Amino acid sequence: MTNLAYIAASYGLAAIAVLGLAGDAWRRHRLARRRLAVLEATSGRRRRG
Amino acid sequence: MDATSPALPSVAPKRGRNLHRFANPGRFLRLSGRVLPWLAICGAVFTLAGLAWGLFVAPPDWQQGDAVRIMYVHVPAAWLASMGYAALAVCAVISIVWRHPLADLAALEIGPVGAVFTALCLATGSLWGKPMWGAWWVWDARLTSVLVLFFLYLGQIALIRAFDNPERGYRAAAILALVGAVNLPIIKFSVDWWNTLHQPDTIHLFGRTTMSASMLDPLLVSALGFTLVFAALVLARLRSAVMERRIRSLLSARARQAEVSA
Repeated sequence: MTNLAYIAASYGLAAIAVLGLAGDAWRRHRLARRRLAVLEATSGRRRRG
Repeated sequence: MDATSPALPSVAPKRGRNLHRFANPGRFLRLSGRVLPWLAICGAVFTLAGLAWGLFVAPPDWQQGDAVRIMYVHVPAAWLASMGYAALAVCAVISIVWRHPLADLAALEIGPVGAVFTALCLATGSLWGKPMWGAWWVWDARLTSVLVLFFLYLGQIALIRAFDNPERGYRAAAILALVGAVNLPIIKFSVDWWNTLHQPDTIHLFGRTTMSASMLDPLLVSALGFTLVFAALVLARLRSAVMERRIRSLLSARARQAEVSA
């Protein structure tokens, strides 16, 4: 395959960009879901109490 | 029509009501929670299939050789850079006309994803240009207008976060998104309006596509995959933003309650 270094660099950059965005989105989503679940559970207890 | 006429208010609020159904955080989280896994899975499958097809099965170009395989990354990134900015402009219209809170949050989350795809388009374009043109960069109309698009994304990202009052940031960024949308037709038609080193468009919606099906098919599969991945990324970030907003409101309600009871 000719120009393999350029092709590999392009696909590598795409992988880094997409996986970076996906990892960041997943971490943020998981953290927000956990924090919201804890807050809603404690708010619910307080309201019921 | 006088100010008391019932005809005008009976149309606009109805449309607003339909749009504002999705402003309910619970409803939005429920609906998007169902869609997100399918978007992510289909996006990953189509992207991997398209890239593998382009890399291992599609033939090399008679002139460019194997370097043409960069196209399967570069072209979807370029399309999404423009489509992402068009989505920002649509969000800006919805935000300014209907003051929909989800449109502001969507603009907040589309910006960084669009900027990354624009940077990817520029970087892979350079990697394609070096072996074909002998230069990493030339100041031709297509490359320069995409660089301007990248700066517009950076401006939008900075502006939307620049104010203590988020509403002012949303409004300023919406105006920038609308003004910057002028750049989209310039990008599209730059290769027709000026003599550019960048090749003219080979795929036309309404005209004859000047590309072999053996290259076009993997490109379309790859583009579909990248589009679904882009949508999944924005949706996941939007869900996080909605949940973070709910967390902030719960925490401030709790703080107010503590203040009152103290």
